[in-house]
Amino acid sequence: MTATKPEPRPDAPEADTRPVLTVENLTVVYETDEPVTAVRGADLTLHRGEILGLAGESGCGKTTLAYAINRLHRPPARIASGGITFHDRSGDDVDILALADAELRSFRWDKLSMVFQGAMNALNPVTTVKAQLRDTLLAHRPGMSRKAIRERSEDVLRRVGVDPRRLGSYPHELSGGMRQRVMIAMAMLLEPQIMVMDEPTTALDVVVQRDILREIVRLRDELDFAVVFITHDLPLLLEISDRIAVMLDGEIVELDSARRLYRDARHPYTRKLLGSFPSLSGSRGAFIRDGAAPTDTTEEQA
Amino acid sequence: MTNLEPAVEATAADTAEPPAEASGDAPVRSGWRMLLPTMTPWLATGLVLIVGITLFGLIGPFLVGDPDQIRDMGLTGPSAEFPLGTTQIGQDVLAQLAYATRGSLEIGFLVGVLATILSCFFGIYGAYRGRFVDEAFSLLSNVFLVIPGLPLVIVISGFVPRESRGLWTIAVVLAVTSWAASARVLRAQTLSVRNRDYVAASQVSGERPWRVITVEILPNLLPVIASQFVFAVIAAILGEAGLAFIGLGASNSSTLGTMLFYAQNGFALPLGAWWWFVPPGLMIALFGMGLSIVNFSIDEIINPKLKNVRLHRRQARRAARRERRLARSSRGAAGGVPEPEVSDR
Amino acid sequence: MTSVRVTDLVKDYTLRSGLKRTRLRAVDHVSLELVPGRTVALVGESGSGKSTIAKILTRMERPTSGKVDVRLDDGAEVHGAAYRREVQMVFQDPFASLNPFHSIEHHLARPLRIHKRTRTKEETRERVLEMLERVNLTPAENLAPRRPHELSGGQRQRVAIARALAPGAQVLIADEPVSMLDVSIRLGVLNLLGRLQREDDLAVLYITHDLATARHFSDEIVVLYRGRVVERGPSDAVILDAHHDYTKLLAAAAPDPERPGSVAADRGPVDRDAIDNSVCYDHFAGEWREAGVPAAETKERTA
Repeated sequence: MTATKPEPRPDAPEADTRPVLTVENLTVVYETDEPVTAVRGADLTLHRGEILGLAGESGCGKTTLAYAINRLHRPPARIASGGITFHDRSGDDVDILALADAELRSFRWDKLSMVFQGAMNALNPVTTVKAQLRDTLLAHRPGMSRKAIRERSEDVLRRVGVDPRRLGSYPHELSGGMRQRVMIAMAMLLEPQIMVMDEPTTALDVVVQRDILREIVRLRDELDFAVVFITHDLPLLLEISDRIAVMLDGEIVELDSARRLYRDARHPYTRKLLGSFPSLSGSRGAFIRDGAAPTDTTEEQA
Repeated sequence: MTNLEPAVEATAADTAEPPAEASGDAPVRSGWRMLLPTMTPWLATGLVLIVGITLFGLIGPFLVGDPDQIRDMGLTGPSAEFPLGTTQIGQDVLAQLAYATRGSLEIGFLVGVLATILSCFFGIYGAYRGRFVDEAFSLLSNVFLVIPGLPLVIVISGFVPRESRGLWTIAVVLAVTSWAASARVLRAQTLSVRNRDYVAASQVSGERPWRVITVEILPNLLPVIASQFVFAVIAAILGEAGLAFIGLGASNSSTLGTMLFYAQNGFALPLGAWWWFVPPGLMIALFGMGLSIVNFSIDEIINPKLKNVRLHRRQARRAARRERRLARSSRGAAGGVPEPEVSDR
Repeated sequence: MTSVRVTDLVKDYTLRSGLKRTRLRAVDHVSLELVPGRTVALVGESGSGKSTIAKILTRMERPTSGKVDVRLDDGAEVHGAAYRREVQMVFQDPFASLNPFHSIEHHLARPLRIHKRTRTKEETRERVLEMLERVNLTPAENLAPRRPHELSGGQRQRVAIARALAPGAQVLIADEPVSMLDVSIRLGVLNLLGRLQREDDLAVLYITHDLATARHFSDEIVVLYRGRVVERGPSDAVILDAHHDYTKLLAAAAPDPERPGSVAADRGPVDRDAIDNSVCYDHFAGEWREAGVPAAETKERTA
């Protein structure tokens, strides 16, 4: 990715192999009448400043995995085995599964934040953006001065490309794309080291999606947090992520750099997924018919 | 779309798409099955109450003697001959209770049906047609909603001469004053169902409006209608009891309300004749309770989330316990219960 | 064999906020033509007016002005109940477009009965099974009595396609038919649509925001921006040789694995209010024209 970046950063993600999160052999089980294993023996290492794509289709366990990383999974889901370790910038290692409730609360959002699918509808409709940012800040940084809160709020909004004058707005006064940006601003409010994003742009139009992706990539370059980006849209992941993990039925079947995955996918499911997306500019793949065949009426009309 | 490769066409055997609901049960064949609530101890209690009281009202009158027969043994307490004692003029309270229960059930059912028909018409049809019809019907139900029900009923019943004040008159009066609230609930539900794609799809395929309403929309409203019906029955029985208690009941019928009316007139309370007024009062209370409990179960159909909460509570507790144990044993540290907070951020 | 000619379609919505009324033009003089055996893709973002056009074509909405002219092969105009038989629609969300209360069989049997395609119960049942097999839902006997929630998204969408074709429709409006499905089955459903189109010689309007499938699955692309057609032409020409700024923007925004890292290399967000939707590039004519004016009055424009 460095080649296409406008300004190569000194600590480009490829160069940085210090892990920020290690997931070892994680298994998550839904304790229903017939227990279902939603995530089976997942191994992941997230490096500092890296965008890790997590691809898979509905029901493959990608969202369960994301929730489990933050221990946001709800019963009857439970972590049956495995470990999740967060490697703090200060050098401390935190065993997320061993955190007590209070520790977990301060850990979330502060070190690791999440942007959910359709999160833009999770904003409280009756309070202003300003109040919601302030509440989050005060919850984690008690005693922060009013001026500091204001400055920080304006700063994060500016960073995600929303005019700070929008601070006084209510969520319904903002467009979908704008609300999603506010959610991303909220997620980065406390300068977390990891952001987990679960289909953050699926509900948005392509152009808006593009704007937000650009914002995420730019912010990552500026602030050096790591991103776990979950989506079913493999072409999108290929464009923005450094490495991609492909999930199928609760297992990570392939994990490789984006470039290698695209050029030389090993698992048949990965190849199937890749083949599911016709390329916009490329030649028409084997899956797609050739519309410019001589018998086609297009020729006659054109 | 001319040169497609048939090799990659979607097939039923596509392994990438398991059925949405992979339950082990045999496939459910009928839509009606879905509308039945699942059996719970609560629902069973409610059903036992309703069925018991209904059977008592239906069969009871054939098993007891003449409720109006006057004996010279006024106000005797429960005995072997008269299990619920006698009234001031020696009538069998049990026999009266059986007939009164029947009378109250009749009126409750009648009003329930009438009010439901009215509310369905004004609520569903208005919302489906939209625009002017909807505005007019909404206005009408709003007007009926703010009319104070019981006083109006008292006025109407008082206006109708006693001779022509039959069961039907009372039922119509009660129905007319009680349909509006359900109509509003049904209107809101219809507005939401009407905008679903399957309604649009049936319109596009050329289905006539009345069929769209009755075949496509109505079945999806049935739980709501059932719940409104149950409420209407409770309200009607209580309303009729209130009317009868102040002497404005149906002239030729005997209901739990008229029983209470006569008990009041016969000074049952000051004379301590509890067997005269407690049974009808209790009967109304128990029947109302039974219907309310059934209504809770219907609520679970309307809002499946309630059901999941109930079903998953035990499994969730078990999962949390096992996770805690695992955390403790592997690390010796106190692992907390994960909080079920997700969307509140 | 049925064709549709849409001329100067206009749809205004009146927005009321308090006493103030504002008029919103959702569709502004859109003309297009659907002919048997060809697919026209209608591309645009949400709010571009593409769903409004679908609603007008399926007669769920009335146009403010403009004409929708549906004609059979012999030139006879189609209206009334026959319109519902000829023009059918596949909805976007297969989870919402099937009634949860009714069986799959009901969904297919009703259109057959309404349009009197079958007379007896046995005949209807036979046709239902036939149609299920036609959309590769086998074993049909097993699936027909099921209800929608027992089927996967892809299976449901195939039921919806079968339902649309049940009356014997010759014109199919497909409103984002695969956007709610899992990616690995999307092509399968599109291919199915393609085969049915070839078998029945259907005229298809494929509404989508996905330029890649629009390019590969349609013969002609019509790009819609804020209610107006801003570019039209053969699908390859529109995508590979885009003229209008908006088409270029859409093409640049679509994820493309052929250019990894391009997100970061993008210029900043484009000011979309600055994009001019008063001109339209017509690849068939090879010239710029005015957009948002009656078709007969369009003049050549230099942009």
